[in-house]
Amino acid sequence: MKTALCVVAWVVIAPFLGGLLAGVDRIITARMQSRVGPPLLQPFYDVLKLFGKQGVAVNVFQNYYMVCFLVFVIVTGALFFSGGDILLTIFALAVAGVFFALGAFSPNSPYSNIGAERELLQMMSYEPILIIAAIGMFMVTKSWHVHDIAGFQKPLFVFLPGVFLAFLFVLTIKLRKSPFDLSTSHHGHQELVKGATTEFAGPSLAVIEIAHWYENVLLMGFVYLFFAFNWVVAIPAVLVAYFIEIFIDNTYARLTWHFTLKSSWIVAGVCGVVNIFLIAFLVK
Amino acid sequence: MSFFKKSPWVIHYDGSSCNGCDIEVLACLTPLYDIERFGIINTGNPKHADVFLITGTINEQNLEVVRNIYNQMPDPKVVAAIGICATSGGIFRECYNVKGGVDTAIPVDIYIPGCAVRPEAIIDGVVAALGVLEKKAAALKTMKASA
Amino acid sequence: MNILLFLLLFPAAMSLVFAILPANTFRNALVRISCLLIAAGSVYAAFVFNGQGYQSFKVEFPHIDMIFFGGEMLLSLFLLYKCIGIKKHEWYIPALIIVQAGIMAYCEMSGAVPEVDNALYIDNLSIIMALIIGIIGSVICYYAISYMRDYHHHNPQMKDRQRSFFFILFFFLSAMFGVVFSNNLVWLYLFWEITTLSSFILIGYPKTEEATRNAYRALGLNLLGGLGFAGGILYLVKFCPEHTVDLARVIASGPGLMLIPVVLISFAGVAKSAQMPFSSWLLGAMVAPTPVSALLHSSTMVKAGIFIIIKFAPVLSGTWAGYFLALIGAVTFLMTSIIAVTQSNAKRVLAYSTIANLGLIVACAGIGTYETLWAAVLLTIFHAVSKGLLFLGVGSIEHKIGSRDIEDMDGLIVNRPGLAVVMLIGILGMFLAPFGMLISKWMCLEAFVSSSIFGLPTGVLIAMILAFGSAPTLFFWAKWMGKIVSVPAGLAKGEGRVPGDEWTALVVLAVATVATAALFPVISWVSVEPYIVSLYHQTVSLSQGNTIIMSILLALMILLPLSFLAYPKKTKLVPRYLGGANVGDKGEFLGAMGVVQQATMRNYYLAGFFSEKKLTIASVLVTICLIVTMFAVVKL
Repeated sequence: MKTALCVVAWVVIAPFLGGLLAGVDRIITARMQSRVGPPLLQPFYDVLKLFGKQGVAVNVFQNYYMVCFLVFVIVTGALFFSGGDILLTIFALAVAGVFFALGAFSPNSPYSNIGAERELLQMMSYEPILIIAAIGMFMVTKSWHVHDIAGFQKPLFVFLPGVFLAFLFVLTIKLRKSPFDLSTSHHGHQELVKGATTEFAGPSLAVIEIAHWYENVLLMGFVYLFFAFNWVVAIPAVLVAYFIEIFIDNTYARLTWHFTLKSSWIVAGVCGVVNIFLIAFLVK
Repeated sequence: MSFFKKSPWVIHYDGSSCNGCDIEVLACLTPLYDIERFGIINTGNPKHADVFLITGTINEQNLEVVRNIYNQMPDPKVVAAIGICATSGGIFRECYNVKGGVDTAIPVDIYIPGCAVRPEAIIDGVVAALGVLEKKAAALKTMKASA
Repeated sequence: MNILLFLLLFPAAMSLVFAILPANTFRNALVRISCLLIAAGSVYAAFVFNGQGYQSFKVEFPHIDMIFFGGEMLLSLFLLYKCIGIKKHEWYIPALIIVQAGIMAYCEMSGAVPEVDNALYIDNLSIIMALIIGIIGSVICYYAISYMRDYHHHNPQMKDRQRSFFFILFFFLSAMFGVVFSNNLVWLYLFWEITTLSSFILIGYPKTEEATRNAYRALGLNLLGGLGFAGGILYLVKFCPEHTVDLARVIASGPGLMLIPVVLISFAGVAKSAQMPFSSWLLGAMVAPTPVSALLHSSTMVKAGIFIIIKFAPVLSGTWAGYFLALIGAVTFLMTSIIAVTQSNAKRVLAYSTIANLGLIVACAGIGTYETLWAAVLLTIFHAVSKGLLFLGVGSIEHKIGSRDIEDMDGLIVNRPGLAVVMLIGILGMFLAPFGMLISKWMCLEAFVSSSIFGLPTGVLIAMILAFGSAPTLFFWAKWMGKIVSVPAGLAKGEGRVPGDEWTALVVLAVATVATAALFPVISWVSVEPYIVSLYHQTVSLSQGNTIIMSILLALMILLPLSFLAYPKKTKLVPRYLGGANVGDKGEFLGAMGVVQQATMRNYYLAGFFSEKKLTIASVLVTICLIVTMFAVVKL
């Protein structure tokens, strides 16, 4: 019963949280650039407007992949927030990501094609750290289930500082923020145009936007797990993590995929793996 | 209720402008004018945009480009010609390669004259364009309903 | 017992028939019927013996062991005869043949080879392997009928030697059944060597210089492995106090007594399953016609190597030698996954992915806990089905579009929707949740983390390697899918249909891929778990919740494409965005100097980032060190 409630709560509340998060993001970003910025509810206005627009596409298939993307992101989150297996959650998230990339491949347009390739490169960059994070959580809490990891009484980030650092590193990629906004550039008037989302218009763009909201909330859920021993600490921690991401977004220019891949694997290999080995030998 | 007024996304195209108007368009994004206050985003992509801002004249080279961009924008959409060159051809009107203002290529909804246009005028023009956008959206809705 | 003999002898008998019959409709009909019978036979065997546990049978035939010994000697002579065509630097091949034959002759002549009471056996693992060989193997043979016709049509300069082709193909199946049903290691050795010989001949089928050299390389590397096998038998016969060549007794004796021969024979398995440093033979095997690649990769040959290692997993479990064997697999998985990213030749991508997945299976079997073994068996099943499908799909695509390059598969979804869907199913089966490969990967990841040797958390290292290795896997499969689903402008439907036989084979395997994914809890419950229980007295219990989740995911995977049929088609179609420079609606644009150009897309191969050559050299060196260490720590 509680599980069902969690799932329903996720499906209903997450887009609102995600939208608000995006609104806050835009305001903070504007303030960092000494601007006023849009109203808090601007992301919702945008999405509602997009639903009112005419659907324009390059071929009949492309929008369908994005619907799949949304569905799988929702399923992934439902798995996560109902306390399911954390590795399975990561794999399901990969399924969603692959659908997003396929959608971007479909129009065969230069901009979205490059976006798709880079999206896959980004997935290749962050996938090891996600798995390592799951492994680390298991080694400390002795459970693969989000339910048990969230119920763990000790602060997880104390055991997994390296893993957490590596996770924060790839969070930038996952949130599609500078310096790793390789696949869908955050600001459109650039050489990449809008990368993977270039060929999507109207309702299907709105679907992508909503999927991203869901995704962001899910990722904040992951951050929450590191501090889950006490929600009074955890919620501010999540917000601080998000603020750090916004700060990084505003202080870095976009980097190349070479750097993205190399650096995230090195960070995973150094911070993550060393942390895991220490845990393996110290925590019995 | 329609949300077109609250989130107009623009695409900016430079015809054969002297760049004076372009600089003013970009000035609108700066902290001083900050058009994101009104939810306006410069998308750089016709498929995401609602408002098409064009500076400079239409010449033989960019005629097709402007038409392509216009055709790739999803309905409802409005076009704003920014600066005197875009509205009528301006001082370049008689050039051998110039066809004239933007309306020689695509239908224009709002004319914003000036050389160069002031950012206040641009913002004013875009706001006026939003009224047209609303009307077009309503028309589209009734068309859909009757169809 | 009779059904086992049928599976062993019938393909061999039919192979003799096909050696005589020329390629005509009668032959084709006969091939189809034999395929059906073999598949039916393996299903029947599964039906009869499943749930009965380990069953062994005595073979009553005069001088049967002498016949096998004679067969081994004949085989060696034949191979020596084949060595006439070798080059100077391939001197090691006859040397290996002579040493192996010498070892076997020495064992036999000294009269020290013990009798094995029950030379044939069947248990759940054999049943699974028999089903893989019987069903997927015969589907591939079925496919070969029309493929070989088209193959010679496309390559008129090549001499039509279909008789020897089908002879070897069916003989191969017989030998594979022999490998999975023999309880006598000496018999098993003969069957093992026959698979080596068969693949040698099949790889050399095109008779080009490249094919011949690759065939010899395959022969040489597999003989090197075979040397390990012969050494294992020699040890069992001469030095082992237990003094037995009975497979069941070897496994039952445990690592204390049997680790040395088991590691030697596992070494043969490593070579046969094309792990680094032996991987080059499987890559070279790509020159052969597609059904051969499909056979080698999915149901025979490499699966023989895997089979023997899985078989020995209980002995390897918890030993350092087993751990280093697992590391060989893990390193192979990581390296070949990365190398696969740089490949654009579809068959080479498939080859590297096969090696990678086999590496995963070797890693599971080397660790040898009940959980990893469960994952290893399931991986074997799922890999066989999906890989068979992918190879056959690539073969058909190659005949239709005239290329096996992934870059030429642009717009397959419009061009040839049927083949595209088949390929997509195969690829999904290889790497994405909720298909089998991923489920198994997930289970072994969870199992590795908690495995240990003498209390040391050794499994963590392998889990880490796995975490890094699965990321490139995702990349190269997804970008291939991207090529297939991308729709270039102005593409028409392709002409010419895929031949009926090929189509049947593809559909059977595609359905099998989805069915194995859907029924995997049943497969696990009916056939894999009893096998694990019989060895470890405990088994993996997949939680009900996770099973339900997997079913939901699979249902979504199947239902979402169906929803596409009901998708509103009203969307206005406009050309793709080309910076406004579009010309017409065929995807062309006005380029520099006013030239109209087509905008074409190419995938990322990261060739400047990952170098195939450097990575191969590095991983060969690392794995050679690991092999040496594996032998060095046998006594530990």
